[in-house]
Amino acid sequence: MRYLPHTQEDIKEMLAVTGRTSLDDLFDTIPDAVKTKDGLNLPDPLSEWDLNDHMEKLASDNIACKGYTCLIGAGSYDHYIPAIIPYLVSRSEFATAYTPYQPEVSQGTLQGIYEFQTMVTRLLGMDIATASHYDCGTALAECALIALRKNKKANKIAVSDLVHPSHRQTIETYLKPTGYEMVLIPHTTEGVTDTTALDGMDDIAGLAVQSPNFFGHIEDLGAFRKVADAKKIRFIASFTEALAWGILKNPGSFGADLVAGEGQSLGIAKSFGGPGLGLLAGTSKLMRDLPGRLVGRTKDTNGKDGYVLTLSTREQHIRREKASSNICSNNGLNAMTAAMYLSTIGKIGIRKIAQLNHDKAVYLKSVLTGAGFTPVFDTPFFNEFVMKAPKDFAQKRADLINRHCMFAGLDLAQFYPELTNHYLFCATEKVSRQEMDQLAKEVA
Amino acid sequence: MTRQPGTKGLIFNEPNVWEKSREGRCAISLPRADVDTTPLDPALTGEAPDLPQLSELDVVRHYTRLSQWNFGVDSGMYPLGSCTMKYNPKTNEVQASRQGFAGAHPLAGDECSQGALRLMYDLETYLAEITGFAGVTLQPAAGAHGELAGMLIIHAYHAKQGRQRSKIIIPDTAHGTNPASATLCGYQSINLNSGEKGILEPEAVAAVMDEDTAGIMITNPNTLGLFEENIKEICDIVHAKGGLVYGDGANMNAIMGVVKPGKIGIDVMHLNLHKTFSTPHGGGGPGSGPVTVVEKLIPFLPVPRVEKDLDTFRFITDCPDSIGRLHTFYGHFGVMVKAYAYILTMGARGLLDVSRLAVLNANYIKESLKGTLNLPYDRPCMHECVFNDAHQKKHHITTMDMAKRMLDYGFHPPSVYFPLVVEGSIMVEPTETESKEDIDQFIHAVKAIAKEAESEPEKLTRAPVLPKVTRLDEVSAARKPCLQG
Repeated sequence: MRYLPHTQEDIKEMLAVTGRTSLDDLFDTIPDAVKTKDGLNLPDPLSEWDLNDHMEKLASDNIACKGYTCLIGAGSYDHYIPAIIPYLVSRSEFATAYTPYQPEVSQGTLQGIYEFQTMVTRLLGMDIATASHYDCGTALAECALIALRKNKKANKIAVSDLVHPSHRQTIETYLKPTGYEMVLIPHTTEGVTDTTALDGMDDIAGLAVQSPNFFGHIEDLGAFRKVADAKKIRFIASFTEALAWGILKNPGSFGADLVAGEGQSLGIAKSFGGPGLGLLAGTSKLMRDLPGRLVGRTKDTNGKDGYVLTLSTREQHIRREKASSNICSNNGLNAMTAAMYLSTIGKIGIRKIAQLNHDKAVYLKSVLTGAGFTPVFDTPFFNEFVMKAPKDFAQKRADLINRHCMFAGLDLAQFYPELTNHYLFCATEKVSRQEMDQLAKEVA
Repeated sequence: MTRQPGTKGLIFNEPNVWEKSREGRCAISLPRADVDTTPLDPALTGEAPDLPQLSELDVVRHYTRLSQWNFGVDSGMYPLGSCTMKYNPKTNEVQASRQGFAGAHPLAGDECSQGALRLMYDLETYLAEITGFAGVTLQPAAGAHGELAGMLIIHAYHAKQGRQRSKIIIPDTAHGTNPASATLCGYQSINLNSGEKGILEPEAVAAVMDEDTAGIMITNPNTLGLFEENIKEICDIVHAKGGLVYGDGANMNAIMGVVKPGKIGIDVMHLNLHKTFSTPHGGGGPGSGPVTVVEKLIPFLPVPRVEKDLDTFRFITDCPDSIGRLHTFYGHFGVMVKAYAYILTMGARGLLDVSRLAVLNANYIKESLKGTLNLPYDRPCMHECVFNDAHQKKHHITTMDMAKRMLDYGFHPPSVYFPLVVEGSIMVEPTETESKEDIDQFIHAVKAIAKEAESEPEKLTRAPVLPKVTRLDEVSAARKPCLQG
């Protein structure tokens, strides 16, 4: 076995040092009754050649293998990944390192994550960003818990029903054993969260709104800040499309207390939904309540700049049962990927890509309208929007997948039962005018 | 004397990425604009975020230089206890980056995702076989997330029995994540000391286990590297009072093909694919923390679950007793692909050899170094062994000093000051992929460092001298946090 270096001679010599005669003897401290008698029933080992064949066969059973046209977003976005990103992030010094507990030999990871934290604060207009979380859903659940713990009087968190459905479900899972409760804020006929619905809600520790929301619409975050101020509760903003902040006013500028986001758009493969990248940011006031790792700048004994993991007294390995969260491993390598991506696109590129996403989406909406779709809302959007489809669309959509490997929108009825025959479309910089024209022709 | 791997080499200074920024540079290629531009309402738009402006080579050089300041498994031996820093096979990376996997949209629908679903289903089956459990979820994103899933399952189980419990027993050898995960479920941690032999005594468990206790969280082999020999008895005691046994499977690398935890009384356990199943740690993730359960806990597993009908696969969400959803989609699929490729490469015999050789390497180190470093529990160990600095203290040398000196010798230090049950602990986990020659070099280095501790202690207190930076001021970093530039 090529991963196991031991020769028979090595094993003999090493066993002699340990005073045993066989490898089985090494397990003498395990009572016989506990040992398995039947071994492992697994497929025979594969050579690298056979593994390649097997894996390519499996991969080709996913439609993605053919290079498809993806007009679906909903939390996982089909953006272009520049060649240098996978090239750089696969450097083994980054990929095969552990959490930087020995800072002297981890300065690459540490400076990289410090730069990531910095770029995230600039992207979101926030004071502090953590070294990452698993994904937006789990980051948002942690934010909800912070708001609830900081407010001793209230027991509920109000969450917009246009927050990604999976994120709402994740919050519910995290809250279930705690006795806290999630209440939904309904949306208006314009497809935005209804601020007025909060008037009658009491016993609330915070409110969470996603922008652009699940329908793709840009929410008036300032209005929610006002409500939060009036109620003296915390305001949490979330997002699934990080590139929107290349053009939109950021959540920090509206005074968000906490921000939870998905960073998959920042150079990370869709990879069937994970690993993505949880972004979590807060105001300085909440610094000691944030979950997970933070990298800070300091000096070495010679006065040279360097970086360390810091404020670990919030964390589980020191605080144990009193920790702010149980998170240990986060999504470090994807945070590094996002930092590389943000450095690559830069201030100029992010604006251009964001505008291009919006332009493509506007075009897609207009050709679909021409093809007989009904625009349901007339609310500003970034790169996703909702359309009511002509009656026979479901069949045509299936044909498009089979014939052209084109995924034309996401059926919304599975998330909002009242929206039968409504589809959520997404257009990124990767979709061409030709593909959108073809779609319009096929469905007209 | 053996030549040590650590030496000086040319590395480069590199400023923060924004210090390299020059107005007007941009490192991406944009597609030709083939649609008209439509400005957004100016009331909605803000300034472009102040990101660095660089050329492509600027970016490449920046990250290449940063990477050269790091130590990875590919650079050298990384005997970090409880972390299983084994070799990360490169073919696994190739498999995960195949377009059919990496390009797959999570909402493409079951019919168009059969390859991914089959892979998940088969990986669940293999993990169930390796651990001896009846059901598996791959959804948790990391080990601690798996612990949370496991504790939520225990919580949901007791709720279903009609009476919630308030406490959970956690031994002093537990990972810090254990009590933190229990707290998230509202359970109060009851700390339990290990016995004289470094393992739990059934009587001690019996003394605290009652009908208000939800169960116990046990790491086996424990963080002293010792097998909990009384595991069956302990499980019986907990079960007799209606409790459940949580197994922290972080140390599964020691017992594959030897013990199936699901067959000896453990009810729910998490695995770390980024430890036992060879996926890279990435400088702190992304990992993957599948959870395995016995038959009676299957209804509580998170949704969606993968189901097989004849030869097709689908996600199901209609599970009324499920703890719910833990991740936006299905967990860290990209990591699952790598672990799946690893299991297929190793086979049953290969995995058994992994555990045997991991245990051999650890025992070899323990025997070779026990005169040099103090060994508080001199018993046959599993995949790791725990020393401390008791012998060196008389020279005013601490575990930290020795760890830092190891860096100069070209080795990543072991885990230090964990587990908490041993003062000044030095926890060595070599893993099975280290060769005898590399291990001998490590042993030699530790012995040389122990000699230096007696004769030239300042070499240790000043260490490290070879890395890019010397010891860092962590106190100031925490007192006046500077978290962004």
